[in-house]
Amino acid sequence: MIKVKITSKNFGETAVLRDIQFEVAAGETVAIVGRSGIGKSTLLKLIAGTDTSFTGTIDCSKSRSIVFQEPTLLPWRTTLQNITLVHETLSLSAARDALARVGIAGKDDMFPGQLSLGQQRRLSLARAFAGRPDVLIMDEPFVSLDTETASEMISLTEKLIRDTRPATVFVTHSEDEAQRLGDRILKLSGSPATLV
Amino acid sequence: MIRILSLFALLAVWVVAAKLTADPQILPMPIALARPFWSELISGDLPYHLAMTALRVAWAFSLAMSIGLILGLVMGIFPKIDKWLDPWLVVFLNLPALVLIVLCYLWIGLNETAAIIAVTLNKIPNVTTIIREGGRALDPNLAAMGKVFAMRRRTYLRHVILPQIAPFIAAAARSGIAVIWKIVLVVEFLGRSDGIGFQIHLYFQLFDVAMVLVYSLSFIAVMLLVEWLVVQPWERHTRRWRDA
Repeated sequence: MIKVKITSKNFGETAVLRDIQFEVAAGETVAIVGRSGIGKSTLLKLIAGTDTSFTGTIDCSKSRSIVFQEPTLLPWRTTLQNITLVHETLSLSAARDALARVGIAGKDDMFPGQLSLGQQRRLSLARAFAGRPDVLIMDEPFVSLDTETASEMISLTEKLIRDTRPATVFVTHSEDEAQRLGDRILKLSGSPATLV
Repeated sequence: MIRILSLFALLAVWVVAAKLTADPQILPMPIALARPFWSELISGDLPYHLAMTALRVAWAFSLAMSIGLILGLVMGIFPKIDKWLDPWLVVFLNLPALVLIVLCYLWIGLNETAAIIAVTLNKIPNVTTIIREGGRALDPNLAAMGKVFAMRRRTYLRHVILPQIAPFIAAAARSGIAVIWKIVLVVEFLGRSDGIGFQIHLYFQLFDVAMVLVYSLSFIAVMLLVEWLVVQPWERHTRRWRDA
């Protein structure tokens, strides 16, 4: 479902990533770990297709979803619209179901600013899973949450992944998150970074 | 309430100035404008000239906002295009309004097209400059979100881009209305045979300060109504998510 073959990724003269190859099958979850600034988020941007300036190839389904470090919602649109505007073919009842699955049912007409940070993260998850994507990309999705909320969110994400079975790549700093969610853990190390 | 009190305070300053001047030919009392206002209203001259000026303002405003919005967004989003067009923008920003008006009349002729083009060209650089700042401030994470979820271009423009630049559009619209109608008056003053600017020119030659004030204040009143009934409600609508 995801085939990554990156020969190199540079920022100007500086090489950031070198010779990175891995595959993620449908239903498999791969955690990418490594120290801050090593290039984990850069790798995710390449897989997501938001950065196309690299040498190599990435084969990835067009049916993609993403969960950012921050919820990255449309604050000027309602909770329900945050789902329906992104997934235009989704029916209203399916969008409401997506909200219910993450535990924010009945908040359809609220704006994201009226939700707590935890609820905004749930909305971000609902948006990511509502379209039943083939590929899910998550960039430190539980960062800046307290331990209890982070644990709840990890359990929720586990359940959503189990139900939807996308090929999932996610970046994390937390060993616990990587162990709980990941079927495999890949570590980036060195400069330029490679998989070890 | 405060707005109304503020307008009354302005009226009080006028009354005091008229008292101090003590010459109705130079500055008549506000109440002295009632009769000429009424006679112009009844004769149909005031509504006719108001409508002509309002039409030119509406045309120039719509054109300048549309073109400025597109140019500003393109320049804000694409730095390479911005580098090419920025010197043009600086030239047009610093070109006196009068020069553009005279050149348009000379090149196109003393007609409606020239008048509207002259006003539009005067306003486009201001709108472009304001909207360009909005384009530069667009959230890159929302752009990435739109790309990954493959949002349709129209949906992305309407629900992701436009709400982000709405405050900049409101600022450009507000300053646009204020500036455009003043330029329209100059255009009419110099080369049209109707409109508030033409009437001001006429009564300037007759040294009739009261009629100059009647026509000017009538149009200011129309513009205040546009601000209160159109611009401010639209702005409130676009900002309602902030107040929720």
